[in-house]
Amino acid sequence: MNLDEALQTFIAESRELLEEMENALLNVDLAGDQSEAINAIFRAAHTIKGSSGLFSLDHIVAFTHVVESLLDKVRDGSITLNDEMVVLLLSCCDYLSGMVDGLAAGQLEQDPDTAPEGEMLQQQLRRHMDGDAAPAAAAIPALHAEPSVERIDTERGDSDYWHISLRFGRVVLQNGMDPIAFLRYLAKLGRIVGIATVPDAIPPAEEMDAELCYLGFEIAFDSTADREAIAGVFEFVQEDCEIRIIPPHSKVSEYVNLIRALPEQAARLGEILVRCGSVTQQELDGALHQQSHKEEDAPAQQLGSILVGAGNVPPVVVEAALAKQKQVSEQKAQESRSIRVDSDKLDKLIDLVGELIIAGARANMIGQHIQNTELLECTSTLTGLVEDVRDAALELRMVKIGATFNRFQRVVHDVARELGKDIGLIVDGEDSELDKTVVEKIGDPLMHLVRNAMDHGIEPAEVRVAAGKSAKGMIKLNAFHESGSIVIEVSDDGGGLRKEKILAKAVERGLVDPERKLTDSEIYNLIFEAGFSTAEKITNLSGRGVGMDVVKRNIQALRGSVDVSSREGQGTTVTVRLPLTLAIIDGFLVQVGSSVFVVPLDMIEECIEYATEPGQDYTNLRGQVLPLVRLREQFRIGGTATRRESIVVLKFGNHRAGMVVDTLLGEFQTVIKPLSPMFSEVKCISGSTILGSGEVALILDVAALMHTVGGKGAVAQAA
Amino acid sequence: MADDVSRIALDGEITIYRAADLKTTVLDALRKTRVLEIDLSGVTELDTAGLQVLMLAKQTAAADQRELRLLQHSPAVVEIFEMLDLVAFFGDAVLIHA
Repeated sequence: MNLDEALQTFIAESRELLEEMENALLNVDLAGDQSEAINAIFRAAHTIKGSSGLFSLDHIVAFTHVVESLLDKVRDGSITLNDEMVVLLLSCCDYLSGMVDGLAAGQLEQDPDTAPEGEMLQQQLRRHMDGDAAPAAAAIPALHAEPSVERIDTERGDSDYWHISLRFGRVVLQNGMDPIAFLRYLAKLGRIVGIATVPDAIPPAEEMDAELCYLGFEIAFDSTADREAIAGVFEFVQEDCEIRIIPPHSKVSEYVNLIRALPEQAARLGEILVRCGSVTQQELDGALHQQSHKEEDAPAQQLGSILVGAGNVPPVVVEAALAKQKQVSEQKAQESRSIRVDSDKLDKLIDLVGELIIAGARANMIGQHIQNTELLECTSTLTGLVEDVRDAALELRMVKIGATFNRFQRVVHDVARELGKDIGLIVDGEDSELDKTVVEKIGDPLMHLVRNAMDHGIEPAEVRVAAGKSAKGMIKLNAFHESGSIVIEVSDDGGGLRKEKILAKAVERGLVDPERKLTDSEIYNLIFEAGFSTAEKITNLSGRGVGMDVVKRNIQALRGSVDVSSREGQGTTVTVRLPLTLAIIDGFLVQVGSSVFVVPLDMIEECIEYATEPGQDYTNLRGQVLPLVRLREQFRIGGTATRRESIVVLKFGNHRAGMVVDTLLGEFQTVIKPLSPMFSEVKCISGSTILGSGEVALILDVAALMHTVGGKGAVAQAA
Repeated sequence: MADDVSRIALDGEITIYRAADLKTTVLDALRKTRVLEIDLSGVTELDTAGLQVLMLAKQTAAADQRELRLLQHSPAVVEIFEMLDLVAFFGDAVLIHA
């Protein structure tokens, strides 16, 4: 992997980490247990710092270092996280994202334009560190003074403690890691009973580089934590640090083993171990003697097996070691289970699958034409396989909507602050999957809907309280699958839409005829009309001229639809319906005259025989009125209807309509080909596809067709 | 070589950022005198790198038959010395804050 590729990986990873960091920050429970969130934040900052060091991105290293230092203090408890700091850290997240974006754009140096912002943030970070750290540091010596005297005398020789041997690598300081900080963190897991600082590796003054780390520590540690937890403390330095952990109740030979493994002289080390209280002088002497004796007898035998054979290693230790090993291998398996693939490659695959489907359809048609049974059997198997390949390929592009939803935590947090309202976000259905392209494109419209709901939907706290609601407003994002579409709901528990106001505005703008009677739902949906804004005053957030009409257009461009419902005083729900995929669908072929159309199969409820009174635009479907769309009239297709027309019953959202066609041709795997921009104004057609015969069939836009029926219905009512 | 006692004061953050400079400062001062006293009352932060410089000075002094005394340990210094059990290593009177 060359450096350029590595840099791309770094950028992608950093973005993920920053996202994680942001989520952790937003979810941090200021009152309760925050250790997990803080660890997550620290890990993100730390990893970014480490990796950017690899690429000599000094400006990022410098900035993350400050962030990390503050987090470190939060982690070891000398500073408590407060609301103000969360906001500051979020800004730092943004600033880092900015730097990463700059990096993606090829900017390897600090951008002079943003440098002052970085400076300011760093200053604020330092202020938090200094402001809160000083009194805490002063308090610690007083607390520690007493036990420090007694710990060595009274508890020496008692081996109920863990023994941790640390030799820090030379480079840890340069990597921005401070061994002392790790020891502080270690002390949170238990009690450091005895500690010996080993300075033996410090070279003579002339050779000593003050920026390298030469120190080692031998620690007797009293803790109920398990080995993993203790090793976890040193997770960030484990690569350039020698760590040996000996569990409590280990036999002295374990210590001998340790002594042999360490660079310092045995006698000196023995002294150190005795001093920090992990082992007594007597035990040590005995073991040293015993082992040297043993080695003479059986030099080939490994120390480990001697220990196990002699029952020197308690089963717990072995178990712990095995568990650790297992965990490592599982982790590896997990890593290799997912791979990163360029999305272009996936697109190419989907394209190929599309071509495969078309070619398969053609083979099938020829088989039917020449009526060769064997060939037909063969193509039928082939079709089944192609379908499976299609589903598998499409599944590759499916991503969970959760990541998109989680971004809104931040949006809601920030916007609520800006507006001075207390607003929370509830997210539901994060596991619903949809096509990656759709996910990417739905972000902006959703953003607008959420902002709109916060700005106009949720009332100010006083109004809410007066209305008997809780002062805290709630925005809810919900996603679920429904008949081949994904439905995303953005709802608020605010004041709801005011019908009269909307209607008055619409009449004023000339959007509707004042004489016309509109249903509630029609009135609400007026807010999606171009040039409509009920905002009395233009705020920073919404009402910037980018209206709900743009939202609607964007969603329609994805072959989706948007609908709004509202209850006055109780809130508003905007429902966005999107197709699961933009590439290949199961379609149903119908024919009118000589034209063939495709209807997405998921939207078809049933097909019935055409039967209605002449001149009527509706029919009776088991006692319910079913409005009809006549495709022949809709697209002005010439010729007369066949003797036996059929009705295809379509369902879209809560609406049903019947589509009158000449012939039903059956199911067909439809590879969606976009129409050229020239036809973008054509109503009721969303795309095209190629049939097995090589002919082009148009794909019907069911949502738009429904709309034509809705309009007719309204006219009929008014008349 | 003067047989007297000289004294320098370190203050602020004794950390990796200044460790290289401090090493030069302390060792230079140590070379000019038999007994060097370092006033640590103004030290607000001490990290591993800073600590190493102090330890290096102590070892160098011992090797050269000189004496290094640390005085007026600030709370930040005491905390680190206590935590790492280094009081004996330096052999100075501390715990004045306790």
